Parts: sequence; C-alpha cells; structure tokens
Amino acid sequence: MSNYIKLIALGLIALFAAMGINFARDLAYQVHAVIVLFVAGGLFIWTLRKTDEPGKTINLSGEYMDGVIRYGVIATAFWGVVGFLVGTFIAFQLAFPGLNFEWAQGVANFGRLRPLHTSAVIFAFGGNALIATSFYVVQRTSAARLWGGNLAWFVFWGYQLFIVLAATGYLLGGTQSKEYAEPEWYVDLWLTIVWVAYLAVFLGTIIKRKEPHIYVANWFYLSFIVTVAMLHVVNNLTIPVSIWGSKSVIVWAGVQDAMTQWWYGHNAVGFFLTAGFLGMMYYFIPKQAERPVFSYKLSIIHFWALIFIYIWAGPHHLHYTALPDWASTLGMVFSVVLWMPSWGGMINGLMTLSGAWDKLRTDPIIRMMVISVGFYGMSTFEGPMMSIRAVNSLSHYTDWTIGHVHSGALGWNGMITFGALYFLVPVLWKRDRLFSLKLVNYHFWLATIGIVLYASSMWVTGIMEGLMWREVDANGFLVNSFADTVAAKFPMYVVRGLGGVLYLTGAIIMCYNLWMTVRKAPAKEASLSVAVPAE
Amino acid sequence: MEQYTLLRQFADSWMLLALFAFFIGVILWVFRPGASKSYSDTANIPFRHQDKPATSKEARQ
Repeated sequence: MSNYIKLIALGLIALFAAMGINFARDLAYQVHAVIVLFVAGGLFIWTLRKTDEPGKTINLSGEYMDGVIRYGVIATAFWGVVGFLVGTFIAFQLAFPGLNFEWAQGVANFGRLRPLHTSAVIFAFGGNALIATSFYVVQRTSAARLWGGNLAWFVFWGYQLFIVLAATGYLLGGTQSKEYAEPEWYVDLWLTIVWVAYLAVFLGTIIKRKEPHIYVANWFYLSFIVTVAMLHVVNNLTIPVSIWGSKSVIVWAGVQDAMTQWWYGHNAVGFFLTAGFLGMMYYFIPKQAERPVFSYKLSIIHFWALIFIYIWAGPHHLHYTALPDWASTLGMVFSVVLWMPSWGGMINGLMTLSGAWDKLRTDPIIRMMVISVGFYGMSTFEGPMMSIRAVNSLSHYTDWTIGHVHSGALGWNGMITFGALYFLVPVLWKRDRLFSLKLVNYHFWLATIGIVLYASSMWVTGIMEGLMWREVDANGFLVNSFADTVAAKFPMYVVRGLGGVLYLTGAIIMCYNLWMTVRKAPAKEASLSVAVPAE
Repeated sequence: MEQYTLLRQFADSWMLLALFAFFIGVILWVFRPGASKSYSDTANIPFRHQDKPATSKEARQ
C-alpha cells in the first residue's frame, strides 16, 4: 500500500519538475528541475519494480544499522577531496588570475567557485561526517538500533541531493548571496525536510536507548541538529518571486537582515563546526585512547557554557557597520567570554590522554585527534581576540580572517574527521586494522605542514594588507591603492596555494589507505568481538 | 508599551536572570553528592555495546 502512495507522490513530483523545465525563468532552476525529474523518475521506476513483492520482515533490532554509516564514510571522503580540490584551485586563481579562464566565465570563475568550495567542505564534507558519526555514536552509546528504519537512508540520500542542488546552483548563479546560506528557497525547503527527518532518527534512537544516561557526545550532536534547524529556518525566511524561478526575497531588509545572517553565520560555526564536532571528539578520542573522558563533570559544564554563550557572538561580524554599538559590544563581550568554555573543552579532550601520552608516539591516529584539539584551542583563542573591536578594525576584510577560518576548519574539523574516518573504516568493514599506519603518518605530516603554510601566510598577508589599507601620509591621504595591496600579496598567495596542495595530497593518501583497508587488510576474526568486561 | 521596548526590557532583566540561574544550577547540579560515582559509569558508556545493541534483559535501568 505504501508503495502506491510513494508512486503517486513521485509521479506528481516528476510531473511538476517537467513543468518546471518548461516554465523555468532562469538556468539554475531549469537545471535543477532536470535533476529533480531524473531523481523522481528513477525512484518511480525503482519503486514500481519492487511493488507487490512480498515484504521482508526480518527482525533487525539485534544489530546496529551500519550500512548507511558506511555510505556516509564514503561520501565524507569523496566530498572532502572535491572540496579541497576546488579550494586549492581557487587559491591559485587568486594568485594567478589567468586561471579564471575566458571560456568558463560565468561558471568557473572565482566568484562562482568560492561558495562551491565553502559549501563543499562545510556542508558536504563536514555535514556527511557529522551525519555518519552521529548515527554511529548514537547507536553505540544508546545501545539501540537507529530509529525509523529506512528513514536514515532518506536522510543520507536526501542530504546528497541537497548538496548536488546547492553545488550546481552556485555554478549557474542560483544564489541568495548569504554567506554559508547561499542555496535558494526550494533547496532550503528540501534541506528542512531532510533535517527534520535527521532530527527524528537521532531523537528516536535516544528515546529508545537502553542506557539510562545520555552520553555527552549525544548532547552535543543534538544541540547541533536542533540549533542548525532553527538557524536555517529563520535565516531563510524568504518569499519566492515565482514558483518557476530560483529568485526569492527575504522578509526583512538592511541591518536586520545583516544581523540575522551573522547570527546564522556565526552559529553555523558554533553549532555545525563546533558543537557537532565536539560530539565527535567526546566519543572518538576516548575510544582511540581507550580511556574515558578526562572529566565528565567538565564536559557537562563545557556543554552548557558553550551553547549559552555561542548564540550571542554573531554581531562581532558587524563591527563598524550600521549595527547599533550595544549589539556589536554584546557580540564582542560574549566572543571573549566564549574563550573559556572552548578551552575547557580543549583541556578535557587533551587530558583524556593523561597517563597514555606514550600513544602519541606509536599511534598516528591519536596524534591526528590531538593536533585537531590543539588547533581547536588555537583558533578559539584567535577568534575571541579578532572579535575585539580594535583588533577587528585591523583584521576585518583582510586575509587574516580567511587564515583564522582555515586553521579552525582544516586543523580542527578536518583533522578530527580524518581521525574518526581512520577509526571507523576498520570497524565498519570488519577489518582487523588499517591497511597502513605509515600512510596515516604521511597524511598527518602533509596535512599539518599544509595548515601551517596556510595559516602563517594568511597572517602575514592579512596584517600586511590591513596595515597598508590604513596607512596615510603626512597630509592624511591614503598611501596605497587597493591594487597595491593585491600585488603585495602575491608571494603569500602562492604559499597558501602550496599549503592547500599538501593538505589535498594528504587527503588523497587517506582515501587510498581507506580503500586498501577495505580491499586488503585482514578481516577481523569473529571471536575477537567479545563484549567489554563490566567495570 | 512598544513591543520592542517590552521585549528588550524582559530580555535584559528576567530572562537574563533565568538563564543565569539555570546555568548556575547546572554547575551546582554537576557537583552534587554522589555525582562522581554516577558520572564515572556514564563516562564508560562508549566502552559498552560496541558490536550490537543491548537486549532488553541487559538494559541498565
């Protein structure tokens, strides 16, 4: 019966998409209608072919649902490489403008590729990592199979469709020009549906848990899911100009729009890139170090302090703008206060290794996780400092900001994700160990040196640029034109691009290593998977 | 009273107090007597049920 309802729904969607192709008012919408038509049509045929087959009723409640996590791991690695590749390419586009090819104008120039890069690394790489690890962690720490059956598969594939629609939209100019929230209204609506399903799967699993307590990692994941839902919906309250076009208009304007955007933008950092990844930290570091988290009490205080404070920090993106002074001061003060919970979390992660520091020498995976927490500490010190109005007057609009973002994203988010992937692949594919620890070591050093090159070149060029912009001569006239600063930045741009190349190379080595782990590493003997003794 | 002023005043006073009290409450709650014992059990959750879900018999209530 449910198949008939599905068929009707898919048929209607395909019909609507076909009409969309015909009536489309812009290219991005038209291409998206083609994609939706193919997806809905393909699903229609797929569903049709298995209609009236006797339904299988196997009781799977005695097993974890790992298939969707395996797909998530593959998607994370794939989108990671794509995102890093686009990032490295646009880094060279900035150094060598000739790479904005004439024949690709309007599709592959810097302005079109830049949002593709940011969304690919944050939402495709980071998002898939978060969905996959949260599904893994919530099952293990709740001792229960994922709730909702195939709903988890809907979340996975629905999220991939969101990524494809967002990415193709950017290249074709379908963007609402809000940083990290570029997708247009219908893509936003689709993400909302997928996200609600994600929340249902996650929360459903927690509700049917067999452990009396909710482990702290799940608190972080849950706050990430709930807050991102809230941010996404509020920041995308737009009215479409036409249902046949991608253009939409936000319901508020001016400084209110700017404030909403940076309330969204900074909390995307706070809850997507921080809270979610802290969930990863609180599970995978104890697992890899084989000892419980340093202080569970600290982790609870860390959680509440972080979510109470982060939500107010957004206005520091709008210093010296039309935003009222009191609001930007509020943002600045909360950003500085935020330093404390951040470092509380960092200490908790690092000190989990106390008594096992020797593992740093022997285990490159734990080294990766530790340096990730180290970068977390560094960028959560740099961030509050840059949010201070006086510092911001120098750093804002310069490459320093880009350096800061990347020491956080490459160092903290990237490294903890790599560590989690190295942990997950042998477990999920039931391998005894990774294919090669030596390659993990290469990856570690390539990535670390890449980040160091990236961050230091951006500090130099950012501060230089800031100083050049404000330099005035004895008569009070500006000394440098904008083009002067661009010319002066060239060597640092090349170094930054090389840092990106190193980081990308490390990620490709990781993919090879993970692939070979699945193909070649010895299988784990069933007898080894015994229960953990009671403490 | 104008809506903005009303909300602004509420946010500055009672809501601020409520959130702050909640936060202090969390800290006090974390250090309640017997917390360490219960938390050391909770902190070990990742080391249980690695391979399959708990059966209802094993469930720790």
